[in-house]
Formats: sequence, C-alpha cells, structure tokens
Amino acid sequence: MTLLLRTQNLSAFYGDFQALFGIDVEIGQGETVAIIGANGAGKTTFLRAVAGALAAPPEAVMFEGRAIGGMAPHDIVRLGIAMVPEGRRLFQSLSVEENLLLGSHSERNGPWSLRRVYELFPRLRELRRLPAPSLSGGQQQMAAIGRALMSNPRLLLCDELSLGLAPVVIRDIYQCLGAITAEGTTVVLVEQDINRALDASARFYCFQEGRLALAAPTKNFDRAALTAAYFGM
Amino acid sequence: MGGLNILIQGGLLGGFYALFAIGLSLSFGIMRLVNIAHGDFIVLSAYVGMLAIQGTGLDPFSSLVIVVPAMFVLGYAVQRGLLNFTLAGGLLPPLLVTFGISVIIQNGLLQGFGAYDHRLHEGPIETASLHLPGGIDVGVYPLVVFAVAVLGIAALQLLFYQTRLGRAFRAVSDDADTAELMGIDNRKLYALALGIAMVFTAIAGVLFGIRTIFDPAAGPIRLILAFEAVIIGGLGSMWGTLVGGMVLGIAQAIGAALNPNWQILAGHIAFLVILIIRPNGLFPRTRD
Repeated sequence: MTLLLRTQNLSAFYGDFQALFGIDVEIGQGETVAIIGANGAGKTTFLRAVAGALAAPPEAVMFEGRAIGGMAPHDIVRLGIAMVPEGRRLFQSLSVEENLLLGSHSERNGPWSLRRVYELFPRLRELRRLPAPSLSGGQQQMAAIGRALMSNPRLLLCDELSLGLAPVVIRDIYQCLGAITAEGTTVVLVEQDINRALDASARFYCFQEGRLALAAPTKNFDRAALTAAYFGM
Repeated sequence: MGGLNILIQGGLLGGFYALFAIGLSLSFGIMRLVNIAHGDFIVLSAYVGMLAIQGTGLDPFSSLVIVVPAMFVLGYAVQRGLLNFTLAGGLLPPLLVTFGISVIIQNGLLQGFGAYDHRLHEGPIETASLHLPGGIDVGVYPLVVFAVAVLGIAALQLLFYQTRLGRAFRAVSDDADTAELMGIDNRKLYALALGIAMVFTAIAGVLFGIRTIFDPAAGPIRLILAFEAVIIGGLGSMWGTLVGGMVLGIAQAIGAALNPNWQILAGHIAFLVILIIRPNGLFPRTRD
C-alpha cells in the first residue's frame, strides 16, 4: 500500500491551548479511514491541521512524501486535499451551482466535474439555481461534498457528515461514499456516530483528549478496548 | 425652483456622491475594511490626474488612462504590503492603519503641492446644459458623472455575478475561512479588491477635480459623504449605494431650496433620520 498522508508527532494549538499532542497517523492511497472520539477529542483540529488552517511544523504533515505542515490552505487544496467542513459551511449568498463551481477554483484536473457531481447527487441538479441556505440539511451536505469533490482531491476530509441529519438522510449520503472511493479518492471520516463511521471504513483511529488512544481495523476489533479508548476508562 | 427640478438636480448630484462611495462600499463589502483614507485617496487621484495632465498635455478625461492604472497598482500594493497584515486583529487595526495613511497622504500632498487650491479644466462641457420642457435646465457634466456612476455599478454587478473572480469575491465576503479551505488565496483576492476599489476612486477623483476646487485637506469631507451614501444604501449593496447617494443629493437640494445655508446640513439630517428609521440602511446585503 502506498502511503498518502502521514502525520508525525503532530501537535496543534489554539492560542495557548494545546488541542493535539503528538499525533502519528498513516493513511494509505485509496483507503477509507475513520477518526472517532468524544466531543473535544481533537478530531476536527486534526483535520484543520492537515488542511493548513492551523499552524504545524512542515515535517509534521507529509502528503505524498512532501512536507506540507503549515502551508496555506489554498496551496494545500491545489496539492489535492479537500475538506467537507463541519456544519457544511456553504456560501450563503451563492447559489447551489455557484457553491459547486467555487470548489473548482483551484482548477485541478480529474474525474469530477459539475456533470459528474449532478450524476452523484441528481437532486442538486434540480436545486442548482436556488440560494444555498434554502436547501434542507441533507441537501446542503450533498452540496458541501460536491463542492469538495470539484477540486478533484486525492484526499477527502469529511468532518461530521451525519451532524444534525435524519438517519435515512445519513444513510443516503454514506451510500454515495462508494462512488467517491471508486474513483481512487482516499477518504478520512471524522464522526461522532461511531457505528456509521466504522461501517464505512476499513480502519479507524480513536482520539481521546488530543491524543491517539487506539488504532485498529474495523473488523474483529476488541469492543472493550474501543470503549476504554473512547471514554478513557 | 420647482419640486421636480429639485429632485432632478439633487438626484444628479447624488450620482456624484455615489461615485465617491463605490470604492468604499466595495472594500467594506468584500473584506470589511473601513478605509478611513478613502477620501484622501480620492483627492490623491485628483493630484495624480493633475500631474498626468501637466506631464502629457492630455485633457482630464483622457488622463484617466494614466490615473486609473496608477491607482489600481497603488491599491493592490497597499493591501498586499500593508493592510493584509492588519486583518487578523479585528476591526480596529485596519481602522488605525488607514487613519495613518490618511494623515500621510494629506501631509505628503501639503508638502509636495502646498496648501493652494487646484482645479482640472475640461473645457466647455463643464458649463454646458440641456433645456428640458418645463423650464428645467440640466447640466451636461452632472449627467455625465451620473452616467459614469450607473455604468460603473453595472460593470461591478457583472463582475460579481457573471465571473469566476466575482464568485470568489462573494464567497470570501460570506466566509473568508471556508473560502481559503476551498482553494482561494484570500490575500491576493483582497489586494485585487482594493485595486478595483481604487479604479473607482481614481475616476471619482478626476471627475471631482473637474467639478470643484481641491486642496490637500479636501479628503475627509469626501469620506463623510461616501460613508453616508454607503450606509443609507445599506452595507454591501452597490445599487443601494447609488440610491444612498441620490437620497443625500436630493436632501441637500431640498435644504438648499429652503435656505442656501442648509444644503450640507440637510444631507446630514437625512442621513441621521434614515439611521433612526432603518439602522441597516435601505437595502442591506452584507451579513456580519
């Protein structure tokens, strides 16, 4: 397996507050990996550090063998890392289609285009002229995923896809992940919905209070160990 | 002076105020930059126009081919080299830095050109007028200025809603952090935004220099008028800025018709009344 992303001793801070303590994570080309953990475990912080939104030493984040820690987020997008941010964060004054087009601002080539995104989420084609805030939560999540895909990422970081959505909507969105990974895209899923995340991935990391507590395959792992890693008991 | 005449003259004057305000409205709308030096950049543009005219023998309108690119480059450089560094700290740092720029421009102009009045001369168009039915005379020059303001705002709307760059401007205005995560280089975009704002500042400056005398201290009053137009119209709305300018112009014309001393005062009173009735202005767009 070719290594796509590796973090080495990655720490991250919000001002004086340290949110990550020396995280070592390895993610291979084409994998789908879940990162789980309780509220405040540092999952979102980890994604933001990888995406360049938080300062990090260059060698702490290696992407395709290249030190990218602390690079500007827009340069990291250009290298092939895209984020579906927590809470969707669609641009409120842009239409659905404009939101999608904005995702292609970095002009990376690849399989994803407006047409392909509409094939994946046919509902968005019908809604494309509407302002983003007029969509339902699930539709907004689809648009946020589509916007990230428009940059043709090699690595897709998904932060809390299931947040605030009905179970049936969550199921629909997770079903679409297959079509995304089929293009060879590597996916990192950050979730509080543990079962959903474990179903969709082959391996997982469990964070606890900013530290890595457990790394295991999602098949045949020790539930008691996960409980201990999750709750710190 | 009849009521219709007051409306027409005031409305045309408002086109002038709107032209003052476009650059301010743009830089606030995109990057929440309250540019205290905006009025001084207008006056600086008039001086750059004067130098260009003296240096090349061009007339003021033609001097825009020099003044506009010069001010674009200045805006780009000021944002990239200075104001971008003030963005992280909230509203106050850019306010203080642009206040400093304002002081520097005023004193630099005073040092370089003295405290004398200057004017740019465009010739007969300055005093030409059209006779409309009903005994109303409309100045050709105010009409030209009004048309420039309308065309300028229309061009900006096209840029915002029909181009990739405009889409990026709107996205950054909505949510700068997320825009950066989607691959937009905010700092470069901000530099372009102030550059484009300065294009309109340059046009406003030269047209201002043709209409009336200017001196190094003429900036702050232009800033106030521009602010009032932007706020009456509602933050972030370009057409609102045009309406804001017209409200200001019409209020001044009404004030002047009642008593010539009340012209400026009437504009400020209209501004305060609208602030009381609609604190967000007439057509607010920008969310904070």
